[in-house]
Amino acid sequence: MIYLDNAACTRLDERVLEAMKPYFFDTYAVATSEFGYSMGIESKEGLERAREGIISKLEAGSGEVIFTSGDTESSNTALKGVAWALKEKKGKHIIVSKIEDFSVLNTAKALQKQGFDVTFLDVDAEGFADLEGLRKAITKETVLVSIQHGNQEIGTVQDLKAISEICEEKDVLLHTDATHSFTRLPLSVKELPIDLITMSAHTIHGPRGIGALYIRKDTPINKFMDGGFQEFNLRAGVENIPGAVGFEKAVELVTEEETRQLKAMRDRVIEKSLSEISDVTLNGSREKRLPQNANLTFHYVEGESVTLHMDMRGFAVSTGSACFSRSLEASHVIRGIGGEHERAHGSVRFTFGRYNRMEDADAAIAAMSDIVARLREISPLSRK
Amino acid sequence: MKFPYSEKVLEHFRNPHNVGKIENPDGKGLEGSPACGDMVAVYIKVNPETKVIEDIKFESYGCASNIATASVITDLALGKTLDEGKKITWKQASEELGGLPPIKAHCSVLAVEGLRSAIRDYEEKHGLVTEKEPTTEEVVRNRLKHVMNPLTGLDIIRTNLILKTTVEDGVVRVVVDLPADHQFASAIKEDVTEKLGALWDVKRVDVVFTA
Repeated sequence: MIYLDNAACTRLDERVLEAMKPYFFDTYAVATSEFGYSMGIESKEGLERAREGIISKLEAGSGEVIFTSGDTESSNTALKGVAWALKEKKGKHIIVSKIEDFSVLNTAKALQKQGFDVTFLDVDAEGFADLEGLRKAITKETVLVSIQHGNQEIGTVQDLKAISEICEEKDVLLHTDATHSFTRLPLSVKELPIDLITMSAHTIHGPRGIGALYIRKDTPINKFMDGGFQEFNLRAGVENIPGAVGFEKAVELVTEEETRQLKAMRDRVIEKSLSEISDVTLNGSREKRLPQNANLTFHYVEGESVTLHMDMRGFAVSTGSACFSRSLEASHVIRGIGGEHERAHGSVRFTFGRYNRMEDADAAIAAMSDIVARLREISPLSRK
Repeated sequence: MKFPYSEKVLEHFRNPHNVGKIENPDGKGLEGSPACGDMVAVYIKVNPETKVIEDIKFESYGCASNIATASVITDLALGKTLDEGKKITWKQASEELGGLPPIKAHCSVLAVEGLRSAIRDYEEKHGLVTEKEPTTEEVVRNRLKHVMNPLTGLDIIRTNLILKTTVEDGVVRVVVDLPADHQFASAIKEDVTEKLGALWDVKRVDVVFTA
């Protein structure tokens, strides 16, 4: 199986598992028992070393990162936490882009039901947030802006510098979901005035079930789940120390050289699709896109048929077609960039990871070329 | 390898039968679902004496279950009379295929509709259709039997998803027993609008949700 769905989840790196093992079998005490016995102190040290690793990657300050169960919880904590902390003090308005992943989008919709006013910010045809629209949408009541770093489907990378400058100028907190960009693209909170950042290990060959949230010092935020006092009293529950250690190891293992290789595979898929197959449209930006993401619409064919044919030939890819989704809805991202239903229907996403090679990219396009031709043979729409 | 479909579905998907287009067909049906985006075209050749479907072809712009259902339904219709062809149901096709995932009923029912509309097209062209019937609540409910409830794979009438339907001055109002933000609300709304909007005397379709 050639797995090209690394945006959904990645294969765990053995070195990550090795780093985690001692925290399952030897040092398994909870970190909060540090005043009780020595194993608790060692656990605590393991957790704090992992935290330091994430902190230094972001060039953040000590105590500015908490561990969570993944990007969904991180984004829920950021949006609900800030909204609840500021609803009386400042207002009940938040702004999110239209093409956010569900963890942000549906959290915003949940807040809407609780009486918050939500602006779903438009994006242009390549998926870039409308900066003038953002400037105009911010009011005295606005408590949070949430605009992602790199898009989960079409890979568009937002201009976080410009976005953070607008938010700073207007004195509004900014959250960004960096699930798909963290470690693959530079991101420093020393350089950019971003207040909250969602991260996850499952996209970088770390374990699933562990993520992190960067929270700038003194950011007003309420606790999202009730329970114990872990993670600076911001995240209740027994700390996932093996997970945190694995996450940190996964961060350490990502290299610039590897990211360049993913980018080369991405470019190969984009270029070959556009040059070797007719009637293909690239979704997202050609230049400013995640290094591991290629997303193209193969017109006149349907994505679920494509993924099934690809599966039969040993490739795992994804599509924005309604037939593929649990809700029978076409991708909100492709509709968000103004795409017709038809554009989502035939969209196919290839996302690369550590265990892919350039031959995989070539083989995938060779298979696509054949599958698309076969499906177009039976399609009433294609020009034959 | 594990697939989400039966071996029979996969076989028809891999090598669909009766694929293609008939030039100058005696009847042609094109059905599309704006909700899921799938489309299917069915072409038939009919013996004018016996009214037997002597040739049938289909084209599909759809997912695996759409293609597999079209393949099996065209097999079932070949050699049948128009009246027999009309009676072929989605359920028959689904059984023939060894079952389909309920959520996929949506896409596969289109193939059945494609066949029926090709037969209707033939009948209209050959003067076999009596005059136009005005749209009544009964007509509306019969039409809605072709809209699938993706939660169960059965139609929205049978699963009691429709609380009320009214027809007044060409405006059809349909009350659906789902909250407006339900995951399938917009898909059902689009499907209902499409099915009823096509009726000759319907000017507008209002789909109302309960919450």
